[in-house]
Amino acid sequence: MTVTEAPRIVTSRMGYEDSHTLARFLATGGYEGLRKALQMSPAEVAAEVDAASLLGRGGAGFPAGRKWSMLRKGPLPYLVVNGDESEPATFKDHLLIERDPHQLIEGVVIAAYALQVAQAFIYIRGEFALGLERVQEALNEAYEHGAVGEDIFGSGFSLDIVVHPGAGAYICGEETALLESLEGKRGFPRIKPPYFPAAIGLYGQPTVVNNVETVSNLPWIIRQGAAAFTALGGGRSAGTRLFALAGHVRRPGVYELEMVKTTFRDLIYDPSLGGGIPEDRALKAFIPGGVSAPWLGPEHLDTPLGQDEVAALDTMLGSGSVVVMDETTCAVRAAWRITKFFHRESCGQCTPCREGGGWLEKVLRRIEDGAGREEDLDLLMDVCDNIAPGVSWPPAQTTICVLGPSIPSSIASGIRMFRDEFLQHLKEGGCPHG
Amino acid sequence: MSHLSPEIRARCEELLALYPHPRSALIPICHVAQEQDGWLTPEAIAEVAELVGVTPAEVLGTAGFYDMLHTEPVGRYLVAICTNIACLLRGAEELLAHAEERLGIGVGDTTPDGLFTLEDAECLADCGRAPCLQVNHRFFGNLDPAAFDQLVEDLRAGRLDGEVPPHGTLIRVRRAGGLRVDPARVAAERRAMAERVAAEEAASGQGGKEDGR
Ligand SMILES: Cc1cc2nc3c(=O)[nH]c(=O)nc-3n(C[C@H](O)[C@H](O)[C@H](O)COP(=O)(O)O)c2cc1C
Ligand code: SF4
Ligand code: FES
Repeated sequence: MTVTEAPRIVTSRMGYEDSHTLARFLATGGYEGLRKALQMSPAEVAAEVDAASLLGRGGAGFPAGRKWSMLRKGPLPYLVVNGDESEPATFKDHLLIERDPHQLIEGVVIAAYALQVAQAFIYIRGEFALGLERVQEALNEAYEHGAVGEDIFGSGFSLDIVVHPGAGAYICGEETALLESLEGKRGFPRIKPPYFPAAIGLYGQPTVVNNVETVSNLPWIIRQGAAAFTALGGGRSAGTRLFALAGHVRRPGVYELEMVKTTFRDLIYDPSLGGGIPEDRALKAFIPGGVSAPWLGPEHLDTPLGQDEVAALDTMLGSGSVVVMDETTCAVRAAWRITKFFHRESCGQCTPCREGGGWLEKVLRRIEDGAGREEDLDLLMDVCDNIAPGVSWPPAQTTICVLGPSIPSSIASGIRMFRDEFLQHLKEGGCPHG
Repeated sequence: MSHLSPEIRARCEELLALYPHPRSALIPICHVAQEQDGWLTPEAIAEVAELVGVTPAEVLGTAGFYDMLHTEPVGRYLVAICTNIACLLRGAEELLAHAEERLGIGVGDTTPDGLFTLEDAECLADCGRAPCLQVNHRFFGNLDPAAFDQLVEDLRAGRLDGEVPPHGTLIRVRRAGGLRVDPARVAAERRAMAERVAAEEAASGQGGKEDGR
């Protein structure tokens, strides 16, 4: 398979230095999708998005059209955009926020019109100082331009948008924690049910939460139509997706690729994309979809980049990030670092997540440092089993959110794929990689 | 007597007006209040509490949850080096060790001159330029020890003052104006619509029909 000639849907302006300005946006089709949407009825806009099979780009891959249709009818529904992007090795929303803030805003207004909400919030990760400034600046311009505020483009539809900064907590990316945070509280995920904020969300009102990339697709979908979108990709995975490629590749970065028609091999090795591994070292493993996802090996390189195609391998396309680890990588150290992250970011509400994460980190660290014991591999798997019984995929959930059950992914992957390496650490009393 | 400057206080009050419930403005207000001293002093916390209408203990409890809200003094430059997986694979541990040596402090510490505080950060979502770091939440990527030393020198010499404001200043772009849509009017419109839909549904005897959502 070769890299396809698919149009760039969300990164069309990235070649311009001034991609974030209103002038560039308007010169390149900006706000035309919104103008078109406002000529349609809200139901027609929603139907178009539903027909496009736009799968959520935040991690869970839930179809946006279906999520919208679940919005409980209430007098004051809300739209909240999730720009908290903190899943390790995921850095695509960062690009969209900084480089094309007007596209994001246009998408927000289109979604708000379809859902008939009067106020929308764009929750942006607090560490994105430049992104927060860019989106606020763009929003000021959009109000001035008549694309946001009272009587948008003379349509009679009115909408306020508020840019809301996070303050440094990975867990606030989980949508119910995000809503708590937006209400000015600590970011504790809410107990489910209700499973979707569409029933009870912000301030107890029906709320749609969508990811930045999901929303950024809307202007194109409305402009070009759902059929043009579903002509790209395959199966349920329509359109393109942003893939954030990191780790041991010559050209790390964010690439927009047609789904399903492109493979992990294309992404990692194509000279116009990842360009392969430095010094042509061998691939050891790669993590598809964020560090919550189980790992894959070289034998999976030809898997198409599609949601169901990757799910069939008992892992996930998740947040669209791919971490490449070459033969020089220590599997124990990689698993330890990922586990340390989850332990640090656990909100502490559930015992298996709070305590289990700490245990796992400690045991992995002592194996890496050469102080591991023979029983440690079983101990690791036991603790994993306590957090997510069965340690299967998708993980069984005993906790309030899926952060906890994501912890075993890298550990179980590491032990399954590189058991000998773990044992070598125990036998040799240290890390063979130095 | 107000601890926050009149300008900062005015911005806090603008933020309050943006949300249906004042408590929602708590975190944005904490960010703005941090500009005053570079961290949230007890006086600032008391004033934030008074602005939002909660107790200082509640502000403290909430702020404590978030890494970016500091209830202890921080150096003028908060240097946060990412050590998560993508950066780890590209030399983050070596970079952090170099930074500790160069600044003469460990993670969590501040240099005696109050200029630098060092942190090891989780993924900063800039993995394409690993290893990377932030100074006061401004990105610097593709770093090696030499580039790090240069960065420290530039910061010391004030050559990056335009790009990197002192710690505490996060968003320098102010919102132009408040809300433009009257929520009471919208609520009335939505209520009328909800009643109309309910009536239609009752009349047709089937629920769940879509009405433009
Ligand atoms: C621990 C955790 C962290 C998450 N972080 C993010 C995030 O940073 N950004 C995001 O869009 N979704 C994140 N999600 C997924 C959200 O809960 C939610 O599914 C998503 O924002 C919905 O948008 P979408 O349907 O458009 O994908 C996270 C989920 C979990 C459990
Ligand atoms: S699983 Fe972990 S992060 Fe999620 S609610 Fe429980 S303790 Fe918090
Ligand atoms: S892992 Fe370092 S920025 Fe993402």
